[in-house]
Amino acid sequence: MYRIPVTRLSTLALAAALTAFSAQADEIWVTNEKDDTISVIDIETLVVTRTIPTGDRPRGITFALDHSVVYICASDSDAVQVMDPVSGEILYDLPSGEDPEQFVLHPDNRHLYIANEDDAITTVVDTQSREVVRQISVGIEPEGMAVSPDGTIAITTSETTNMAHWIDTATGDLIANTLVDSRPRHAEFVKDGAELWVSSEIGGTITVFDVATKAEKAKIGFELPRILPSLIQPVGFEFTEGDSHAFVALGPSNHVAVVDAETYEVEDYILVGRRVWHMAFNADRSLLFTTNGVSGDVSVIDVAEREAVKSIQVGRFPWGAAFRPTN
Amino acid sequence: MLLDLMKRTFCALFGLCLASGTASALDIQIHYLRQEVPPVATLSELDVAPEDLGLAGARLGLDDNATTGQFLEQNYTLETTWVARDGDWPAAVDAALAQTGLLVIDAPQAALLDAADRAADAGALVFNVAATDVALRDGDCRANLLHTIPSRAMLSDALVQLLVQRRWRDLALITGPHPGDIAFAAAIEASVHKFGLEIGSRADWTLQADLRRSASTEIAALTQSLGEFDVVIAADEVRDFGRYLLYNTWLPRPVVGSEGLMPSAWSPVIEQWGAIQLQNRFRDLAGRSMQDIDYAAWAAVRSIGEAVTRTGEADPDALRSYLLGDGFELAGFKGTPLTFRTWNGQLRQPIALSHPRGLTAQAPLDGFLHQSNPLDTLGLDASETTCTAFQ
Repeated sequence: MYRIPVTRLSTLALAAALTAFSAQADEIWVTNEKDDTISVIDIETLVVTRTIPTGDRPRGITFALDHSVVYICASDSDAVQVMDPVSGEILYDLPSGEDPEQFVLHPDNRHLYIANEDDAITTVVDTQSREVVRQISVGIEPEGMAVSPDGTIAITTSETTNMAHWIDTATGDLIANTLVDSRPRHAEFVKDGAELWVSSEIGGTITVFDVATKAEKAKIGFELPRILPSLIQPVGFEFTEGDSHAFVALGPSNHVAVVDAETYEVEDYILVGRRVWHMAFNADRSLLFTTNGVSGDVSVIDVAEREAVKSIQVGRFPWGAAFRPTN
Repeated sequence: MLLDLMKRTFCALFGLCLASGTASALDIQIHYLRQEVPPVATLSELDVAPEDLGLAGARLGLDDNATTGQFLEQNYTLETTWVARDGDWPAAVDAALAQTGLLVIDAPQAALLDAADRAADAGALVFNVAATDVALRDGDCRANLLHTIPSRAMLSDALVQLLVQRRWRDLALITGPHPGDIAFAAAIEASVHKFGLEIGSRADWTLQADLRRSASTEIAALTQSLGEFDVVIAADEVRDFGRYLLYNTWLPRPVVGSEGLMPSAWSPVIEQWGAIQLQNRFRDLAGRSMQDIDYAAWAAVRSIGEAVTRTGEADPDALRSYLLGDGFELAGFKGTPLTFRTWNGQLRQPIALSHPRGLTAQAPLDGFLHQSNPLDTLGLDASETTCTAFQ
C-alpha cells in the first residue's frame, strides 16, 4: 500500500495554510548552469514551484531595482536575457559581448556591467536603448563585478590576472589595478562604499580594500578542522543587515563562513551542500539560500541560528541566486 | 602623469628604465628551447605530433602574463630555438643564456641536464616541460631545474590509486620495447608495490604482425596467455600497440596505462575547475586541443609570470626563491593551488585519469592520505627522494 510520507504531508499542510494568508510568497531564483533552467523556490514553503527554461549555461542573475524584469547571463548563448518574472517568458536578449558570466546593475537601474569571461573585456550595456555603450579591456577571465553605491566606480576582478580593476564609470578608464590572491571570484562594496571586498578562490582569502586609498586594509583567511586548506575556496559572499557580518561560500569545503565585518574575524562555519558557490537572502535577511553546484541543491541557512535547516533539490550545477519579493 | 609618460617613452626608445618609487618597468625574456628527437616508427599512421607541441602552451602563458604585465609595466617576450637532431645543442643553450636567465626546455634527460648545468654556471633557472624521467627528480636533480611536467612516478601512482579504489587487484602488464615503455613499466611496478597490489602476469610486446589487419586474433592469443586478470596495463609510451589492445583482449577487460584510461598532466576532456576557459583560450590560439606538454609549458611560463608579478623582480635567483617559498601558488585549472616541492623542484599537481571522451577521476583520490598535502601521495615524497641539491 502506498503511504504518503509524514514530512511530505506536513509540508503540504503548511503550504495550504500559508496560501490562505498570502496570495504569493517571495521567491529565490536559482540558475542551473548545466540544465539551462531557472529553479524558482517559494520562500515560505521552501519548495521549487517553477522550472523555467533559459538560454545556454545560465550563470549570473539579477533583478531590476523594481523587480519588473530579471536579467540572466546566458553564457554560451553570448547574451543577457531579459525575462518577465511573472510569466517566465524571455522578452528579449541584450547584447552582452562574448561569454557573459557575471554582471552587476548600476544604481541608475539602467546600465549593466558585464564580465566577458572568454574575452578579457568588461561590457557596459544600456538596458533601455539595448545597446553596448562601452567595452573596457581588463585582465584575463574577468568574473567578479561590483559598482560602488554612488555609482562612480565599477570593479571587475580577473581570475587569471589576479587583479581587481577599478573603472571610472563616467569615462570608462581604468583608474587602478590592484593585485589580490589567486583566482578572484566575487567583489562587493560594503559599508556605504567605504570598503571593497574581493574573494580569491585558489588563494583561499578575502582581500578588503579601503576604497578611498585603494590600499589593502585587511586579508581574511579561513581554517577548518579536518578539511584540507586547499579545499577552502572562498567564492560568493553576502552581508547581513547593516553589513555587520559576511556569509562566505567556501566552495568544495562545503561550508559557509560567518565573518565579523568589523574585526574581520571568522566566527562560525556552517556545513552546507557540495561545492557551495553563490547565495541570496530573503527580505528580512533571516534566511540565506546557497547554491551547491556538485550536489545540485540549495541549502537554506537560518541566519540567527547559523545552521542549515533544509536542502532543496534544484537542477544540475546551480550557480547564481537572486531574491524576488512579490508583495 | 606627464612624468610617467616621459618615463615610458624613455624606456621604449632607449631600452633603459629609471626606477621610481612606485613601479618601474621590467623586461622579462623567456627562451624556449627544444631538442628534436628521432621519431619512433609505429604501426598506425594516425598520430601526428603538432609542430608547435609545447610551444603553443608557452605562447598562451606568455599572453596571460602579458595581460597582467600591461597593468604593472612588466613586458614579457618569448624567444624560441629549435635544435635539429644533429644540431649543436650546447651552442644553442649558450646562445640562449647570453640573452636571458629563464629557460623553458623540451628535451630528453641528457640534453636537459647538460642545459641545466650550463645554466647553473650562468646563474639561470630552467623549467623542464617534457622529460618525465624519475631520475631527474631523484639522484640526477639540479637545484636550478624545476619540473612542470609530472614524473612517470606521479602518473603511475595516480593510475594505481584508481586500481586500488576500484578493487581491480589482478593486474596484467604488457611492456613495449622502447626505453620509455620500459621506464613507464618500471614506474608502474614501483607504484603497484607502493600501494600494495601485485602484478600477476607480464608480457613483453614482441608481435611484429601488422595489427591493423590481425589485431583480433593476435591480441586475443597474447592476452589469453596472461591467464586471469581484472585489468591490463599497457606500458606503451610511444603509442605503438596500445590502441589494438582495446576490445581485442581474450577476456573482456579494461585497458589502462598508455591507452584506454590514461594518467596525464592535462587532457582535452578536462572542463571542471574553470578549465574550459583555458581550453578555449588555447584552442583559439593554436587551433587544436591542449596536450600535456602544452600544459606543462603554459604552467612554466605562468609560474614565471606569477613570481614576477608578486616580487616585482626578474632576477632568476629571486624568482626561484619565491617559487620554492610559501607565498607561491599557481591557479592551474585543476581545482587546487599548484606549488613546487622544495625537495626536488617538481610542480605538485593533480593527475587526470581520462579516456578520450571524458575525465574518469582526478588523483589524488579520496582515501589516499598524506600528513601535509595529498598531492604528495603522487610521485617522490620528501622521504623517498635521494635529491640533495635543494637542501
